[in-house]
Amino acid sequence: MEFDRRRDTVTAYVTGELDQCSAQSIRRELDQLIEDPSVRRLVLDLKNMRFMDSSGIGVILGRYRTLAQRGGTVAVRNMNAHVERIFLLSGMNQIIQII
Amino acid sequence: MQTINQMKLEFSSVPENEGFARVAVSAFAVQLNPTLDVLADIKTAVSEAVTNAIVHGYAERPGTVTVSARLRSDGILEIEVIDQGRGIVDIAQAMQPFFTTQPEKERSGMGFSVMQTFMDEVQVESSPGQGTTVRMKKRIETAE
Ligand SMILES: Nc1ncnc2c1ncn2[C@@H]1O[C@H](COP(=O)(O)OP(=O)(O)OP(=O)(O)O)[C@@H](O)[C@H]1O
Ligand SMILES: [Mg+2]
Repeated sequence: MEFDRRRDTVTAYVTGELDQCSAQSIRRELDQLIEDPSVRRLVLDLKNMRFMDSSGIGVILGRYRTLAQRGGTVAVRNMNAHVERIFLLSGMNQIIQII
Repeated sequence: MQTINQMKLEFSSVPENEGFARVAVSAFAVQLNPTLDVLADIKTAVSEAVTNAIVHGYAERPGTVTVSARLRSDGILEIEVIDQGRGIVDIAQAMQPFFTTQPEKERSGMGFSVMQTFMDEVQVESSPGQGTTVRMKKRIETAE
């Protein structure tokens, strides 16, 4: 997964489809990116994510939990309208910033 | 109600088939010239139901998932996702938002809520040890 790091923030570029099938490898890659405890903010760029279902909610909330434990945050950006509906439905917007 | 067209797929309960099933059903629906939004709704709902069949229905032993779709003359698409897996003990509870029996696998319990949001109707029939059938309906709004 492509990413960039600026000080305490990692931006990860999610591509392709985020479903139960791909969740495990995406989860693993994201966990590697935030492994370093000095990472305090994870920004998920969803511009090139073509599909997401409820498995994506689990993946995003799971990473949120890791970061929240160290006082950090998760944000998402470039969400399409469809993914945004899933976001709002699950109330994720209350803990994950949409930028 | 008259059936204009129908199809049926049978496949193994492996995660790779989640993508296959949602793309296949959406390709079937394309003949009605639906909007992209409608296609995305169908894809997402099928993905939820098929994923549930694979990860919950066939959690203990693999099996066959059946997906069928029927296009009606009144412009309604009916989709059925069937497994012969473990079944659901309490359907009403299972359909509650955030209810999941697999929290340790980072599931959010939002699959049924997503199906209900994206489809016009969702019906679930299930009996423990026998399997589960999810029936969904969607009115197809056509693109100009
Ligand atoms: N086909 C099925 N066979 C057996 N149990 C099922 C089936 N579908 C759903 N369930 C049960 O219903 C619960 C809720 O399903 P739902 O899709 O809403 O959430 P989830 O799959 O647990 O989480 P998510 O979809 O957010 O990853 C599941 O946890 C499971 O216990
Ligand atoms: Mg589910």
